[in-house]
Amino acid sequence: MMLKAENLNVYYGPIHAVKGVSFEVSEGEIVTLIGANGAGKSTTLKTVSGLMRSRGGAVEFMDRSIASTAPHKIVELGIAHVPEGRRIFTAMTVEENLDMGAFTAKGTNIDADKERVFEQFPRLKERRKQIAGTLSGGEQQMLAMGRALMSKPKLLMLDEPSMGLAPILVEQVFDIISALHKAGTTILLVEQNAEMALSIADRAYVMETGRITLSGTGKELAASEEVQKAYLGG
Amino acid sequence: MKFLAYLVSGISLGSIYAIIALGYTMVYGIAKMLNFAHGDVIMVGGYVSYLAAANLGLPALPSVLIAMVVCTILGITIEALAYRPLRAAPSLAVLITAIGVSYLLQNLALLIWGANPKAYTPVVSGTLQLFDGQLSISYVSILTVACCVVIMVALTLFTGKTRMGKAMRACSEDKGAAQLMGINVNRTISLTFAIGSALAAIAGALLCSFSPALMPTTGSMPGIKAFTAAVFGGIGSIPGAFLGGILLGVIEALARAYISTQLSNSIVFAVLIIILLVRPAGLLGKHTQEKV
Repeated sequence: MMLKAENLNVYYGPIHAVKGVSFEVSEGEIVTLIGANGAGKSTTLKTVSGLMRSRGGAVEFMDRSIASTAPHKIVELGIAHVPEGRRIFTAMTVEENLDMGAFTAKGTNIDADKERVFEQFPRLKERRKQIAGTLSGGEQQMLAMGRALMSKPKLLMLDEPSMGLAPILVEQVFDIISALHKAGTTILLVEQNAEMALSIADRAYVMETGRITLSGTGKELAASEEVQKAYLGG
Repeated sequence: MKFLAYLVSGISLGSIYAIIALGYTMVYGIAKMLNFAHGDVIMVGGYVSYLAAANLGLPALPSVLIAMVVCTILGITIEALAYRPLRAAPSLAVLITAIGVSYLLQNLALLIWGANPKAYTPVVSGTLQLFDGQLSISYVSILTVACCVVIMVALTLFTGKTRMGKAMRACSEDKGAAQLMGINVNRTISLTFAIGSALAAIAGALLCSFSPALMPTTGSMPGIKAFTAAVFGGIGSIPGAFLGGILLGVIEALARAYISTQLSNSIVFAVLIIILLVRPAGLLGKHTQEKV
């Protein structure tokens, strides 16, 4: 098992945001966490990357506990987290953002990695010297993903990559996610766009008010009546 | 010609403010805190270089280098012991702690070195005579301006081109995202304090070369003025600190020469207030951008 989270309980002060959540991601899978706003999906991802901590429970990555590992060390182990809202460095250029993504990749050929990212996202190459804050929303999402890929992650966690994007860009983003998956990257995807997420996911978990309420393969959940009603407008 | 002399003394005084202001502004930019103890690190730098020269008989350069090492260690220690535990605390708590550290350093200096002023030997002596002796510029002035320019250029290159420098800018914009890049935020903040404190040691030696009476309170007023300069130029901005420092020095020197010696500080702060009324983010400061 690549990633194994067991009985996560995460609090914001007195608010119990994630309540006893357990899930797994195997190597080579796309797993998605779907659910409404405020269900605790982002908090769950933050707990994996070390920005939030679980009270009790366990987080294991490649058979190693990372529940108390510092966030920057978790990146070194091979988890890249594209946070909600992209959080690119708006005052830096596109290229500098990519350099920051390669921060842990000391000594390796950063230029070659950059070229690889530019192949995936040709728009970024055109705008490599541009200040990232001036990019459009879609380009910023591409940059956030490209930046995360610079660390050559074993596990890529994406938090709402389609948020605020026009439908055509949403499709483009999902095409890229599929392509990354085909190229061998394991992906944990958090989405509110349940339809798109389920269409590409191997397995999925549904979160509601801090708990996982359903799980199954992408197809099973897409066909399930509960999911249809709650998330797919059926 | 007199005006030129005042201008030169203003620029060199301003260069000292600028070097100190760079320390304030870098720490503010990355740790988002006002390190009010920064002025007192200058004072410690002054004492250490004084003692190295007076007691060990070392020349000026090694004395200042020793002071830089001591201040760097001091800065890192202050950050680790006093500020790091408060990383998640409200900014007011951090501010009060910084003021506390400032008084702690002043009183420790009083305890160790006493209240009597020490006569600091300038790091260089002599003056340059220009225009048949009508304009004389001390070598300390020239050295100060040169140091300031070199430091400014070096810091700009460091933050613009190097891996750690870029990491600093990343931390300054978004610490959470920086962590997700694998950047060790605590270590980056330590590095910022180290650089700021090493600069404070240089500023201490230069400051005492201008006004040689070294006391435990030597750093306070220049510290506050340099803080003003940093705000003036736009806090968090490196060129802003440079510009703010120089302008403050020039305004102070001209006010002292043409208006009133006693009122010069009041005039400096009055100008600050006016500038901030017109440009609340300072001369080169950026208004916080909306995220798209």
